[in-house]
Amino acid sequence: MNNTLMGYRRENGKVGIRNHVIILPVDDISNAACEAVARQVQGTMALPHAYGRLQYGPDLDLHFRTMIGTGSNPNVAAVIVIGIEENWSKKIAEGIAETGKPVSYFSIEGNGDFETIRQASWKAKEYVQWASELQREPIELKDLTISIKCGESDTTTGLGSCPTVSQAVDRLVDAGATVFFGETSELTGGEHLIAQRMATPELHEKFMAIYEDYVGEIESKGVDLLGSQPTQGNIAGGLSTIEEKALGNIAKTGTKEVIGVLDPAENPDNGSGLYFMDTSSAAAECITLMAAGGAVLHLFPTGQGNIIGNPIEPVVKITANPITAGTMSEHIDVDVQGLLSRQISLEEAGDKLMEVICRTVNGRLTSAEALGHREFVMTKLYRSA
Amino acid sequence: MSNNSQSTTLADTHSPESKEVSTHKFLIHHKGDHVGVATSPIKEGEQVIGIFMDDNSEVSVKSRGDIPLGHKISLVDLKSNQPVLKYGIQIGLTTTEWAVGDYVHTHNIKTARW
Repeated sequence: MNNTLMGYRRENGKVGIRNHVIILPVDDISNAACEAVARQVQGTMALPHAYGRLQYGPDLDLHFRTMIGTGSNPNVAAVIVIGIEENWSKKIAEGIAETGKPVSYFSIEGNGDFETIRQASWKAKEYVQWASELQREPIELKDLTISIKCGESDTTTGLGSCPTVSQAVDRLVDAGATVFFGETSELTGGEHLIAQRMATPELHEKFMAIYEDYVGEIESKGVDLLGSQPTQGNIAGGLSTIEEKALGNIAKTGTKEVIGVLDPAENPDNGSGLYFMDTSSAAAECITLMAAGGAVLHLFPTGQGNIIGNPIEPVVKITANPITAGTMSEHIDVDVQGLLSRQISLEEAGDKLMEVICRTVNGRLTSAEALGHREFVMTKLYRSA
Repeated sequence: MSNNSQSTTLADTHSPESKEVSTHKFLIHHKGDHVGVATSPIKEGEQVIGIFMDDNSEVSVKSRGDIPLGHKISLVDLKSNQPVLKYGIQIGLTTTEWAVGDYVHTHNIKTARW
């Protein structure tokens, strides 16, 4: 492939494919001020969410990691942080500032919304005009961190769209890129296949401990996954058991060994290659965590038609289901239904996806971006104090 | 599909060099699998061809039910409570007796986990 890839090389050397200036609320009650700034200053984007008050322990740690990770993502050029209290706003801004990118924080207590919005808008205008002059420069696939997760799966994901992503994953890892997969509970029935691919006995043990903890937590509520897995959409698409769903899911992970097991929203710690990240299987939560871990592009195989997007990480949708490709075509970036009719080979499907990956890297909006899908959903581990 | 076939649409599948359309109506992941997946809707009583994706060999089965696209057809006779293979791996257990050509879904297969 002789496509030249162009991206934004950030202050810390990490490479992004978008150039967002985000207005990041520390907590639920600061959403309104962030949205007001984003309305006032064109080209900025607020990321409202539901949490950030009275959280504690590992749940609070995850909140900070997700906030700091989101601001640190290389698709983000600069960040305005707004929170009710100064302490946590400052902590998040300082975490993001370690990347070297411009970041400022504002707190509402003692100022009110009006004064906070006034001050933050001045800074946001400065940032967005600065960011608008940043230029893309030549990059390589090895500079990229890419995440994968499928949704509204059916049997066509296992036959077509997941194996297509698998082709891309192997090619990306061979090129030196970093790839995240996750969906801890949806590996059920095939978790041994992932465990076998762990690069070391320590990773094997860490992975199995995370997996058993997740499934144990579900069982501790007095339910099993049968209540929710496969989902009604999965069953309508022909998937009958959780094992069948898991094997289709795993069919997108390629063939490479897994060189790291990450906590939710954790940055990779072991160089380039394939990583497992402990995440929910709910699409918005999963992609939000992967973006906070540093992923700049997401590959999303779908069967029955999940329409998910993310505010800072472009989501590329791939389907092999001819019905979905027809009835929901505005959501689909890569149509590989030719795999079912056997008019294209898996390698050709992989070529087609790689071409779309390159065009998306270079700035082509994904369907989810064009349609304004910005599902930013924080993972909450348990109820607040 | 609607009017979105302009050249920039990435969702435009069929390459000009498309091979001839085959007549199969279902695909099987692995030789030895107990089920195939319908890639077109199948009618009860229809004699249908499936292709094994690992070696491109064909099998012909008379369907014993209406099978929607994406749903499964049995390739074997099985007693109740037997392991079912797809991808060459167990995906669950039969909950009734199966005959070749049966429609396979939640009414006659369940997870082996719970």
